[in-house]
Amino acid sequence: MAGEERNVILRTEGLTKHYGGVHALEDADFELLEGEHVAIVGDNGAGKSTFVRQITGVERPTAGKILFEGREMEFHSPVDAREAGIEAVFQNLALADDLDVPSNIFLGREETYFNLGPFSFLNEKKMLQRSQEALEKTGVKIPNLHNSIANMSGGQRQCVAISRAASFASKLILMDEPTAALGVQETTQVENIIRGLKERGIPLILVSHNLRQVFNLVDKIWVFRRGRIAGMLEADKTDGNEVVSLITGVQSGVHENASYI
Amino acid sequence: MANQAQAVSGSAADMPQKRPRSHELNALLGLVGIALIFELLGWIFQGQSFLFNTQRLSIMILQVSVVGIIAIGVTQVIITGGIDLSSGSVVGATAMIAMSFAQVSTYPRAVYPELTDLPVIVPILVGLACGIVAGMINGLLIAFTKIPPFIATLGMMVTARGIAKWYTRGQPVSFPTDSFAALGQGMTPVFVFLAIALLFHIALKYTVYGKHTYAIGSNEQAARMSGINVERHLVLVYTIAGLLAGLAGMVIAARGLTAQAGMGIMYELDAIAMAVIGGVSLSGGRGSIVGTLIGAVIFGVIISGFTFLRLDAYYQEMIKGVIIVAAVVADMYRQRMRPQSR
Ligand SMILES: Nc1ncnc2c1ncn2[C@@H]1O[C@H](COP(=O)(O)OP(=O)(O)OP(=O)(O)O)[C@@H](O)[C@H]1O
Ligand SMILES: [Mg+2]
Repeated sequence: MAGEERNVILRTEGLTKHYGGVHALEDADFELLEGEHVAIVGDNGAGKSTFVRQITGVERPTAGKILFEGREMEFHSPVDAREAGIEAVFQNLALADDLDVPSNIFLGREETYFNLGPFSFLNEKKMLQRSQEALEKTGVKIPNLHNSIANMSGGQRQCVAISRAASFASKLILMDEPTAALGVQETTQVENIIRGLKERGIPLILVSHNLRQVFNLVDKIWVFRRGRIAGMLEADKTDGNEVVSLITGVQSGVHENASYI
Repeated sequence: MANQAQAVSGSAADMPQKRPRSHELNALLGLVGIALIFELLGWIFQGQSFLFNTQRLSIMILQVSVVGIIAIGVTQVIITGGIDLSSGSVVGATAMIAMSFAQVSTYPRAVYPELTDLPVIVPILVGLACGIVAGMINGLLIAFTKIPPFIATLGMMVTARGIAKWYTRGQPVSFPTDSFAALGQGMTPVFVFLAIALLFHIALKYTVYGKHTYAIGSNEQAARMSGINVERHLVLVYTIAGLLAGLAGMVIAARGLTAQAGMGIMYELDAIAMAVIGGVSLSGGRGSIVGTLIGAVIFGVIISGFTFLRLDAYYQEMIKGVIIVAAVVADMYRQRMRPQSR
């Protein structure tokens, strides 16, 4: 490859998370370049979601450093991460069922007319308009934005969550198994949204179990195994067998007759 | 089914649909129906009109108003997915304590003989502070120790009642100043109730406070992940509920010109009943002040209707219990009727 120097946007050094005795994430050194789309793969319980939660400020790491745009960050809450320009779509959809689409898109960062603390008046008009724009930008069509989320299909809900993240993300977006519960059509739509992000140059970390999807969408594949980073592979220089052998920890060399995929 | 020209699946939920009839409208229709039934029964058994009797109606509205003030706070608590069982006891404790700072000097056995004839703002601030402290303790326990709201507020229910009894060793506190008594005279309680209802209707519907209250009741995890400070918000909501219970306590004491340790017993259940009858869901996330307002009037009409029909007070208690359970069953039935999205 050409020797173009791309900036590192996100780096973790020795990132570790223990839940009591459970070593969910152990000494993870991870790196993401500007404009890069990468996948995180690994078996159930490998620590993928745990990693996402440390980066997005949902939890505080037990040890290790998170460097974002070269600066060491300490996120005390998801708000801190968001203010830094990091958005996420979590595995368990972080949506409020009884609220409508604009309320969900703007949840926790409502537009208001003037600041009266918690009693600030909501600018529903602006939120509706901005939601429409956000959905348009991601190509999502939802007929009635004032329906509560509970009355929508799984695909629509997922699209709302992704549009929310995609429309606010300025520097980095993380998606934890965004298509796990979706049908073929919805999956295609989500993948299109991801391609749109690539065109916009917004870096992405995609957690997925779907290797076909991973190979279609990303530049690099980071493999997690039992809380540790087992390795990183460049998507165009590897194949499914190699990825699977890293996931399972079975010695490379067996991969010729692997039948996992 | 016409597909809506989009990649997303064409389930029925995709169709632009009319909103289902709101719970508020249902409750309103229920209110009209119940009132008409009592009107009919009135003519059959009492030979007179139930509705066209201003005295009866004003008594009913007054009774509803006092518990209604509590119900406004309880509504917000229930929307967050919680419950407040302490309001009745907070009413009792606040009534006693506030009243002890509102006594006239001409009464020889005042609780604080040297603190009589104080300006009305003193007992009011003391009363509100009592409610705030009780509510804040509830909120802090629930938000930070993760004790279920049911248990935390049950503890406060017992404790606050104990304080009410201990405060004067069971003696009633009477003889308030005229200015304190004015808080409960005439139709003042009704105006207080309506003003509070309007205030929190606006807060729930048009402010960030309301949005976050519904969000927490819908999906607390989502609210947290979206950056809402769930703990702080819960403390605020329970504190407001305590404050309103305190306010109700003062209104009741002022209205009766006396405070007694047993005041407000079972008001928490009446308030919860008003909210649930008005469509506030015990599972959180849904309900409104308008609904609770209608629920409060329904509750009042039923109680006043039974009195009007000269139904034995014992039966009235039993029927109250049945109403509360029926409202909860209706709520659970509505839950099951909801479209399942996942
Ligand atoms: N809050 C928690 N408390 C205790 N243990 C946890 C917690 N969250 C995760 N774990 C444990 O940490 C390990 C990693 O979990 P994690 O959710 O990160 O896995 P994952 O790679 O996302 O798996 P999946 O593919 O199933 O989503 C698991 O053993 C899990 O049981
Ligand atoms: Mg996971």
